[in-house]
Amino acid sequence: MSEPVLSVRDLRVEFVTRRGILKAIDGVSFDIAKGEVLGVVGESGAGKSVTGSAVIGLIDPPGRIAGGEVRLGGQRIDNLSPEAMRRVRGKRIGMIFQDPLTSLNPLYRVGEQLVETIQTHTNLSNAGARKRAIELLAEVGIPAPERRIDGYPHEFSGGMRQRVVIALALCAEPELIIADEPTTALDVSVQAQIISLLKRLGREHGTAIMLVTHDMGVIAETADRVAVMYSGRIAEIGPVRQVVQTPLHPYAKGLMGAIPTLVQSSDDRLVQIPGSMPRLSAIPPGCPFHPRCPHAWDRCSRDRPDPIQHAEHRVACHLYDANDPTAKAHMIHTHAPLEEGVAS
Amino acid sequence: MIAYLLRSLVQAALVMLAVAFIAFSMFRFVGDPIASIVGQDATLKDRQELSRALGLDDPMPVQFARFLANAAQGDLGLSYRQGRPVAALLGERLPATIELALLSALLALVVGLTLGVYTAIRRNGLLANVIMSASLVGVSLPTFLIGIGLIYIFSVELRWLPSFGRGDVVRLGWWTTGLLTESGRKSLVMPVVTLAFFQLTLIMRLVRSEMLEVMRTEYVRFARARGIPDRVIHFRHALRNTMVPVVTITGLQLGSVIAFAIVTETVFNWPGLGALFVQSVQVVDVPVMAAYLMFVGLVFVVVNLLTDLVYLMLDPRLRSASAAPAR
Ligand SMILES: Nc1ncnc2c1ncn2[C@@H]1O[C@H](COP(=O)(O)OP(=O)(O)OP(=O)(O)O)[C@@H](O)[C@H]1O
Ligand SMILES: [Mg+2]
Repeated sequence: MSEPVLSVRDLRVEFVTRRGILKAIDGVSFDIAKGEVLGVVGESGAGKSVTGSAVIGLIDPPGRIAGGEVRLGGQRIDNLSPEAMRRVRGKRIGMIFQDPLTSLNPLYRVGEQLVETIQTHTNLSNAGARKRAIELLAEVGIPAPERRIDGYPHEFSGGMRQRVVIALALCAEPELIIADEPTTALDVSVQAQIISLLKRLGREHGTAIMLVTHDMGVIAETADRVAVMYSGRIAEIGPVRQVVQTPLHPYAKGLMGAIPTLVQSSDDRLVQIPGSMPRLSAIPPGCPFHPRCPHAWDRCSRDRPDPIQHAEHRVACHLYDANDPTAKAHMIHTHAPLEEGVAS
Repeated sequence: MIAYLLRSLVQAALVMLAVAFIAFSMFRFVGDPIASIVGQDATLKDRQELSRALGLDDPMPVQFARFLANAAQGDLGLSYRQGRPVAALLGERLPATIELALLSALLALVVGLTLGVYTAIRRNGLLANVIMSASLVGVSLPTFLIGIGLIYIFSVELRWLPSFGRGDVVRLGWWTTGLLTESGRKSLVMPVVTLAFFQLTLIMRLVRSEMLEVMRTEYVRFARARGIPDRVIHFRHALRNTMVPVVTITGLQLGSVIAFAIVTETVFNWPGLGALFVQSVQVVDVPVMAAYLMFVGLVFVVVNLLTDLVYLMLDPRLRSASAAPAR
């Protein structure tokens, strides 16, 4: 297999606050291959956005990357100088934020923002950059781009603005796109359009995509693989079909078990598992999920589970530790109550 | 956009009308105009004749209408004290005040903006912190103290700069300027600095806090995520957005520099409108006071209109406000 576009190893991100050091990301590892879409899911505060920011080098003080490696096309980028990292941003990694209404500078025409970005990363002349900007707008499906390029952001609808944002992220044909909840702020009717646009662009350009979302429907339809995050760690990661249909981690089971009810519910969000994720300042020792886990036994509150390869999944849960003879017993014993707990 | 401008103009006219009415009321309620002119020992008959001659016996609306019509033609009445047309008095004093105020405003704006941007960008730098602390002194120190302090250092001790007056001025038509002579320029330094000081620190602190606010917005983050260099982010993306809220307050501040140069003019014995106003208050010279009030009102109204225009230039959302934005 060829080298992955993005390779993250044991990433740690901390925030230094008055109340001490908060470990927002604590040992996260994953790869994204060329043309692959990695879906990232998890409760609010699980660390999805912080992971994306760390990859693109936008963790601001008091936050800092406290350990681990980020490699882009084999090259380490987490230790680059600020100036070198700036040249990676936008050129090799594109980013799409959640809210297109606030992502664009309201005082400049979309064309000015596109041309500025293109000229930052290429040697194109003004005319050349403008031509490229029009091509990009056409590519992301904005009608009459020769005219719209001179419009201001407030003259575009939310969906159209998100298309502009995507065009901006694509300016320099990046190898990797990080899309952080790109449809959350949009009308339901345009969400699907934006997702299929992203999917199409990723396929056509062979771009690797890290897609953060709360929408399991989008994950199931778009992602090749999915990572389930909990308390700054990856609980489970694997091919989308396996993780969605046969999740292994009790938290992932809860998350996916909630999907059928999603279909009927008007709101396409995840149904919460009983209890809530611990605050960063109060992450329990051992497995951070154990206070909510119906399978938990004494080991879970003591040992931190390392990711274990199990079939095509990688799962951070003692239940799947082949070396622990007691693990199997806990699984069988408490299987049924979990399903009930989730449904209620 | 036309509607926006029209609204601004109508507002300006209404404000001026209200100010004129207050100025007009001063004649009735502040002091006794007859007594001010003829003094204590005039006979009752003299007083009545004068009252009729001045039109003080007419009904109030008639008097106000006459007052407005005269004021619009530049006739602001006669000074009780000096017996000369108020308009002429103001005209003599105007250049001194305008020169002082415009230079102060320019200084406050340029230095305030520069320092505000600098302290925002270098938020944790040593120099930025020193500037911020110093500015705290600036906002809390009364203007006259700064003026007196400067006089003590540069006039009394060092003997570099004159402590009062405009120095030699050059006449250009009806305008007089101190900028063309050495002594005129020297005389300007301390009053300009004194008058600018408070506005400068205020503008600087305002620009800094707005800029920090803008630096936290999503579009600045997105610009950084696109690899736009910091310099461009600071001076293109952030500064212009900072200016939108800063413009209003800055406009008002600059208005008050022109309008309320009173303290500075008094401290430096500056022959401007503020000093004229102080003199006329002391002798209850109502026509001069009323004219000064209207002048202040006019300055604020004009500054406000200019502020609205700058808004239009800065923010495209206002320009197309009439055309409903597509959502
Ligand atoms: N600047 C910061 N200072 C302190 N803590 C922070 C900061 N930014 C993020 N965090 C913490 O890091 C953790 C992860 O946040 P993150 O934004 O990555 O969550 P998320 O998974 O993206 O959630 P959401 O679904 O709400 O977007 C949270 O507990 C958050 O409180
Ligand atoms: Mg997030």
